Amino acid sequence: MTAFLDGIGYGTWALHALLWLPLVGLAVVLVLPAERAKHVAFAWTAGLFVLSVGLWWAFDPSGELFQLVTRREWIAVWGVSYALGIDGISLFMILLTTLTMPLAILGSFQYIREREKAFYALMLLLQTGIVGVFVSMDLFLFYVFFELTLVPMYFIVGVWGGERRIYAAVKFFLYTALGSLLMLVGLLYLYASARGFLGQPSFHLTDLVGTPLTTTEQLWLFAAFALAFAIKVPLFPLHTWLPDAHVEAPTPGSVVLAAVLLKMGTYGFIRFALPLFPEAATHPGVIGLMMTLGVVGIIYAAWVAAVQPDAKKLVAYTSVAHMGFVIIGIFALTVNGLQGGLMVMISHGVSTGALFLLVGMLYERRHTREIADFGGLARVAPLMATAFVITALSSIGLPGTSGFVGEFLALLGTFERFPVFAVFATTGVIFAAYYMLPMVQRILFNRLEDPENRAIPDLSRRELVVLGPLLFLMIALGVSPGPVLERMEPGVQAVVEYLDVEGVEDTAARPVLPLDDGDVTETGP
Amino acid sequence: MTLDFTSSSDLLWALLPEIVLSVWAMAVLLAGVWRNDGSGDWENAGALRWLSLTGVLAAALMNAWLHGVTVLGEPDVITVDGFRLFANWVLLLGAGMTIVISVPYVTHQRLQAGEFYTLILLATVGMMIMAGTRNLIVLFLALETMSVAAYVLTAYNRRDRRSAEAGLKYFILGAFSSVFLLYGIALVWGGTGSVVLPQIAETIEAGAGFTGLLLAGMGLMAIGFAFKIGAVPFHMWTPDVYEGAPSPSTAFMATAVKAASFVAFVRVFLEAFWNLYASWYVIIWWLAALTIVVANLIALAQGSVKRMLAYSSIAHGGYLLVGMAAANAIGTAGVLFYLLVYTLMNVGAFGVLMIVAGHGEERVQVDDYAGFGWRAPLMGVVFTIFLLSLAGFPGTGGFMAKIYLLQGAAASQLWTLAVLLALGTVVSYYYYLRVAWYMWMKPARPEGETPSSRGVPAPLNLVLVAAAVILLLLGVFPGGLLEGAQTAAEGLGLFTSEGFLGLAD
Repeated sequence: MTAFLDGIGYGTWALHALLWLPLVGLAVVLVLPAERAKHVAFAWTAGLFVLSVGLWWAFDPSGELFQLVTRREWIAVWGVSYALGIDGISLFMILLTTLTMPLAILGSFQYIREREKAFYALMLLLQTGIVGVFVSMDLFLFYVFFELTLVPMYFIVGVWGGERRIYAAVKFFLYTALGSLLMLVGLLYLYASARGFLGQPSFHLTDLVGTPLTTTEQLWLFAAFALAFAIKVPLFPLHTWLPDAHVEAPTPGSVVLAAVLLKMGTYGFIRFALPLFPEAATHPGVIGLMMTLGVVGIIYAAWVAAVQPDAKKLVAYTSVAHMGFVIIGIFALTVNGLQGGLMVMISHGVSTGALFLLVGMLYERRHTREIADFGGLARVAPLMATAFVITALSSIGLPGTSGFVGEFLALLGTFERFPVFAVFATTGVIFAAYYMLPMVQRILFNRLEDPENRAIPDLSRRELVVLGPLLFLMIALGVSPGPVLERMEPGVQAVVEYLDVEGVEDTAARPVLPLDDGDVTETGP
Repeated sequence: MTLDFTSSSDLLWALLPEIVLSVWAMAVLLAGVWRNDGSGDWENAGALRWLSLTGVLAAALMNAWLHGVTVLGEPDVITVDGFRLFANWVLLLGAGMTIVISVPYVTHQRLQAGEFYTLILLATVGMMIMAGTRNLIVLFLALETMSVAAYVLTAYNRRDRRSAEAGLKYFILGAFSSVFLLYGIALVWGGTGSVVLPQIAETIEAGAGFTGLLLAGMGLMAIGFAFKIGAVPFHMWTPDVYEGAPSPSTAFMATAVKAASFVAFVRVFLEAFWNLYASWYVIIWWLAALTIVVANLIALAQGSVKRMLAYSSIAHGGYLLVGMAAANAIGTAGVLFYLLVYTLMNVGAFGVLMIVAGHGEERVQVDDYAGFGWRAPLMGVVFTIFLLSLAGFPGTGGFMAKIYLLQGAAASQLWTLAVLLALGTVVSYYYYLRVAWYMWMKPARPEGETPSSRGVPAPLNLVLVAAAVILLLLGVFPGGLLEGAQTAAEGLGLFTSEGFLGLAD
């Protein structure tokens, strides 16, 4: 496989193709007649997924930290470069994105009945934005893509959403924009400081890492970046936009939002906020705050989820809880914790994406999402019930599913340094069972009383195709997470070593983030 | 070619764009009268538009030619530097776009087309001289040329009471502000004995001026300019005037008139008063901060899109003042670049506004936009691009322009202003997006009252689409133009290679 990929020069064009081909697809969708928009969009994104799978082999876990790198001038006066590259962390975020997109589109065939062209065009635009976030090595470029994802999402929620869609869309937009604009000011501060240090303007990550800043400066800048990312994650108490956006969004919007958009926040923490401001990130106050918010988020969201009458809102709150695990995993600043956090990100993407799809399928059948309206579906729709149970168990974190690996590692990593936080966070796993299992019971089991529920059809073949890959991943990642962890490890190791959390006194001996090797010179096509 | 400013014939060469445009303005006036058979010349608006556009194009060619000349001697009445030439591009763009978008309005409101276009061209001549002069007396004359033409343009639809009211208000307050400016010029002359910018600067540097008179004069001039650019707290006239004036005039005032005043403001304060930076920077700082906060907050509450655009254009003035307060090469280049992008997106937005508003300007409320996007998808997308660009969203020219100003603020360590600019932008997202959500997310009116883009003349469509495409291109590949703005700002000859104003400390 590797030889084949080398033969076609995969490494030189793959990232560019994954980034820009969705826009070509957008043009194709707009040109073709509306009836064919959904099929074209699905075929296009599925093709992109196939294309992206090559990254698995093209990325060499024993090689350089950042691979497939490109660096070319974009706006020379400002030192902005078109710089792409992936490490083991972004690799999986990209794969998650390219997998989620075709599934979300396939899952929307029933739901999206009007203005299809516009909808699928926006989905493709969204894909460019998300992939851009995960491949950018230049902070300016990253910022552009980070913001760019807002526009398509705003319209997806606002045009095709539910009753209170406009409120939800605007809230989503303003919340995230507030965070990112302050991050922009912080970024420019960093850029101005680095300019004096480097002697030339640059927004490239490898140039900006290691900019000498005082602790106070680091804390302020970290706050600016962390606010933007924490809103995106979303971290308690900045999460209030999320339930609204999820409930009002059309199914595909919710799926993409949960599966990948939220990950842009946690990814931002790992990729940018930690290495750029190491002193702030290891500051006990910062860690204490992030840990507390993460743990509070886990427990609070679980309690709130438990009393939701609306299945979609319940699933939305589980996102807040899961992302809390990611945050404590990251801020434990141990290899286990970070890897656990990343595994939770992947597994949450897979299982919550599937949950939103399932809730969407229920809604398409009954036009309600109230848990109380359902009951006994396992008898009439066994396939759907099976999928629902597997997904719910994976979401809870049952051993043998992907959810377990991530949460276990995150908790283990946290326990190594913060046993108290770990103990409280662990209760979140129990609460997860407490909110998820009653929902499963009330929807799938109980009595089949309502005659409308008797008429519910089981999964169609299209729906099986949508859910199949996700179910497969839930089990596969739970049984054999090794290959994934192995690819992530160098990236995670680099962050932990660079941050040097054990507090070695001799700062000269501090391992330098291998980002600095200067190995990122032009290798583009 | 070399221009020697000691010879007066070369001075005429330096003024070539302005001269060409003045002559053309008279030709348009004559052509309007010539073809007039007594029934009114609005029928000829289309033809007169092309004639006027040719004039703008001719002036632009002359401007392009001036880029290639070398200058000898110390220019006084008019200078040929990158700053002036870049500003001229902005002003000619504003004039040209206004001429194109005005045709349907002029025709349907039965206005005298010849005079309308003549006034636009003459105002542009005044603005171009404002951008290029280094003499305060000439500056004042040019400013009055521009202002008088703008007063008339505001009151141009004399059958409309709102237009007449706006014209009167604008005239009274405009005259009032001109007096501030003139009095300031007089005091500065009293303090330094000169009305020529470099000479004023030399006198100040030598410490030979009367500081009291000078500071008072500078303060009065700042107030005069603040009136013209509509900075808070001197903004009271803008919303009423912008709302009452015919939309093409509003577009022209909100972009070209504002741009010219800004360019003159920047030139005077940087070239003449750079040694007093420590004194005037405080004034500009507060003007910028107040303008950003107040204008954005008031714009939030507007139900009329035209009025919202008026307040938001005040807010844009606030952002521009941040670049001016920075007073370095980056900030100044940022002001120029911002003005160019702002002209494109704001005139564009007014163009769509006029299409929606209809011939009698009856549909300017935000509710009138319900469902417009799906009814007229092309105009909907174009308007959305203008709105996103006005909001400064990545991927559009407005974003690059805002980044430029922020970088200028960063280079001068104006962090509070930078944060205010960012917060103001968040607020502006709300009111710009509100139009977008009415266009795309609200159901269309049942009675078929939703405006459509049918019957829009092709040139207007073309200009709007072109403006939107250029904005997107500038959002992705701004490189060349950014360098152009940088060169233009350095053309002032004030900034050291470090990019900072060479302040005496």
